[in-house]
Amino acid sequence: MSTTGTRLALALGGRLEPRPRAAIGRRRAIAARVLPPLVAGVVLLAIWQAYVALSGVHEGTFPSPLEVARALVRDRSLLLSSAWTTLSEILLGYGVAIVVGLALAIAVSSSRLAERAIYPWLVVSQMIPIPAIAPVVVLWTGFDIRPKLIVIALVTFFPIAVNTIDGLRATDSELVGLLRTLGAGRWEILRIARLPTALPYVFSGLRVSAAFAVIAAVFAEWVGSTSGLGVLILDYGNQAATADVFAAVVVLAVIGVALFAAVGIAERLAVPWWQAQE
Amino acid sequence: MKLAAERLAKRFAGGVEALADVSIELAEGEFVSIVGPSGCGKSTLLALLAGLLEPSAGRIALDGADSPGGLLGRVGYMPQRDLLMEWRTTLANATLGLELAGVARAAARERALAEVGRFGLAGFENRRPSALSGGMRQRAALLRTFLAGRDVLLLDEPFGALDALTREAMREWLLGVWESDRKTILLVTHDVEEAVFLSDRVYVMSGRPGRIRTEVEVSLARPRALELTSSPEFAQLKARLLAPLREEARAALGAP
Repeated sequence: MSTTGTRLALALGGRLEPRPRAAIGRRRAIAARVLPPLVAGVVLLAIWQAYVALSGVHEGTFPSPLEVARALVRDRSLLLSSAWTTLSEILLGYGVAIVVGLALAIAVSSSRLAERAIYPWLVVSQMIPIPAIAPVVVLWTGFDIRPKLIVIALVTFFPIAVNTIDGLRATDSELVGLLRTLGAGRWEILRIARLPTALPYVFSGLRVSAAFAVIAAVFAEWVGSTSGLGVLILDYGNQAATADVFAAVVVLAVIGVALFAAVGIAERLAVPWWQAQE
Repeated sequence: MKLAAERLAKRFAGGVEALADVSIELAEGEFVSIVGPSGCGKSTLLALLAGLLEPSAGRIALDGADSPGGLLGRVGYMPQRDLLMEWRTTLANATLGLELAGVARAAARERALAEVGRFGLAGFENRRPSALSGGMRQRAALLRTFLAGRDVLLLDEPFGALDALTREAMREWLLGVWESDRKTILLVTHDVEEAVFLSDRVYVMSGRPGRIRTEVEVSLARPRALELTSSPEFAQLKARLLAPLREEARAALGAP
């Protein structure tokens, strides 16, 4: 059960254990979830602000939160259009990764031979240093959205594939036997038993990948792009506009958290029995 | 003969000999039980008959015709665990066999709904299995087995995990269901009382490698009610089955 992927998911705040349904006070439950990180964030910002104010560090070197907030307002139109570019790269690349990851997982778990043939190459694909391959990909495809999709998909398909493989393997072999006595073939067994068993694992992988997708997008833009938050960060960095760099990072973080939350919501809708179980 | 197995043997890779030379026969509509000490290969025997395992030797025949390819998909099989799928409602679990046989969803639902009363599942059709009690889960699994529509049913300790009172009630209930449907049932159990109460005939198996040790005819009149279990005839039959089983248990412990 505990694979690299699931451990990563746990580290990133994903939870594998079923969540008990809050029976009393839905509003209170939400407050209990939202308030602690909010308070912690405010405290952190206050310390940061106090440090910058008291230490006399140069604002251009280490901007205060207020300075970053001002940059957010000042750069809002450029930040928004860049965010849109980066978000569409992320969503498309992530979409490609989901399709490829699931397809590879199903292929790998279809037979012992397929597993032996494919699985090692999946691992090898993660040994490729992205900085090395990204410029080459740009050479092949040019400066359009394709190199970004390839880089994002290359980074994010792996946790999805590995978790899905684990999930498909976790299928109860007695259940498979029972289905065979009822006349089920391999596709019916996949549809009726193996895919539903794998779903919670798939979502574990999706959550890890959601976090990776944002970093991958920035990276892809650095290698070859003319727009997007990654490009913006580079430009601001070159101008030593530190507060503006931080502002772009804040927008990236918002995208990442939103993606992570969206996966969580999708999981609740797709795997209701996972939370209903005791 | 509805179902016959002749000189079945099963040796697993690694050399474990689970079954040696097992021959059994079931007539149409007969209720037959197999009792034996734990680990004697009872479950292996059912898996062989269900076609999930291949015998190392021996023949299996259904309706008098040899089936060298095994009986996979041609006999009903209910493993020890209920194996209800949490991602399906109780009803959708029960209609699994119909769904796989290509019966339209609406028609399958209708046929299942006609049976939920008899199987004590009324009101729970659309609940998930986790909402059911242990007895209800077993009845849902039995409904799944019955609805699949095979005329031979292989039941592997269907009540093994239930408490004593629920077990008793389930036995009486199963007998009622069988008396109205008259399917051919082969039941594996380690409970002698259960075997006598339900069966027309009981096979006693020896310890590993499993063999048929004796066969006892249960000539108690039907329909049977739970009160029967306190009659002297019942006690006598139980004693006849227990004697060889106790010997097997002693032998397993290495006593003289």
